[in-house]
Amino acid sequence: MKNHMNHLNDLKEIRSIMERSSRFLSLSGYSGIFAGVFAIFGGLIAYRQFYHSQFLIGEDISHIPDQLAKSIIQFLVIDGAAVLLLALVFSVFFSTMKAKKLGLPLWDLTTERVLLNLSIPLIAGGLFIAVLMQYKLLYFLPPVSILFYGMALMNAGNYTLSEVRYLGIAEIITGILNLLFLKYGLYFWIFGFGILHIIYGILMQIKYDKK
Amino acid sequence: MIRNKNTKSQLIKPMQNPIEGLNKVFDSRVRLGIMSALIVNDAMDFNSLKKLLEVTDGNLASHLKALEKNDYITLRKKFIGRKPNTSYSISKQGRAAFIQHLNSLEKLMGNG
Repeated sequence: MKNHMNHLNDLKEIRSIMERSSRFLSLSGYSGIFAGVFAIFGGLIAYRQFYHSQFLIGEDISHIPDQLAKSIIQFLVIDGAAVLLLALVFSVFFSTMKAKKLGLPLWDLTTERVLLNLSIPLIAGGLFIAVLMQYKLLYFLPPVSILFYGMALMNAGNYTLSEVRYLGIAEIITGILNLLFLKYGLYFWIFGFGILHIIYGILMQIKYDKK
Repeated sequence: MIRNKNTKSQLIKPMQNPIEGLNKVFDSRVRLGIMSALIVNDAMDFNSLKKLLEVTDGNLASHLKALEKNDYITLRKKFIGRKPNTSYSISKQGRAAFIQHLNSLEKLMGNG
């Protein structure tokens, strides 16, 4: 009987080490919820800012003067960067809490792998977006950012909770649909970065933290 | 035959000895841990293994040496800056032996 217990413990330990050493597990559903809320705020701020001007995200701005285009782009960059920064800060915070709760190190090989696999598509997407801005092709910003983000999640999902891949697929579909309706980029952006994140975060919270 | 306390537990045991499939080399917790980590990772360095398994340098080193002696793991020495850094990978034999060991463990569970 004692042997039996030992073997069972061995198997449990093996499974746990395999999982802990290959996947970043300290991902909290709250990170998704907060990222989604910030994205919705960021989207609404952009909506308000341009509501009364002749410009709407999704419109062709090639005809407007350089100076105005520059100020629009500047606003979008600051707005987007603020959302990204807030989402990052809070997800680091929630991951730290979760790591502590699970008794795992926050920073190990799996953390490096997730970040590397997340950041390569994101940096590629960021450069792509910078070029689009150069050409004043602003209506491509929402679908391109959603698409690259989805691909980054698909990539990183191999090294963390596998549900991240489903979020990635949902983002990719949203990005593609946005390409078919370029005019409504801001709505797609709010849906992709806001609503989807919140849905994902709530589902993860139910699955992993309410046990 | 006189019945004694042990009879009952002997009856539960299957005909052939299930311990056969278990690998003596993997008798230790640390070695099991090392193999579990290396079977799902291409390579891991000493410090990552140490952090993962929560063991002392000396303890980990001796178990790594034992696995290396059995040709279950391979190691590659490299330098990060000026610091030597050894990374470990599972060998073909190591993978086969560990999978065999896992199968035996699972079989034992099934019979228990």
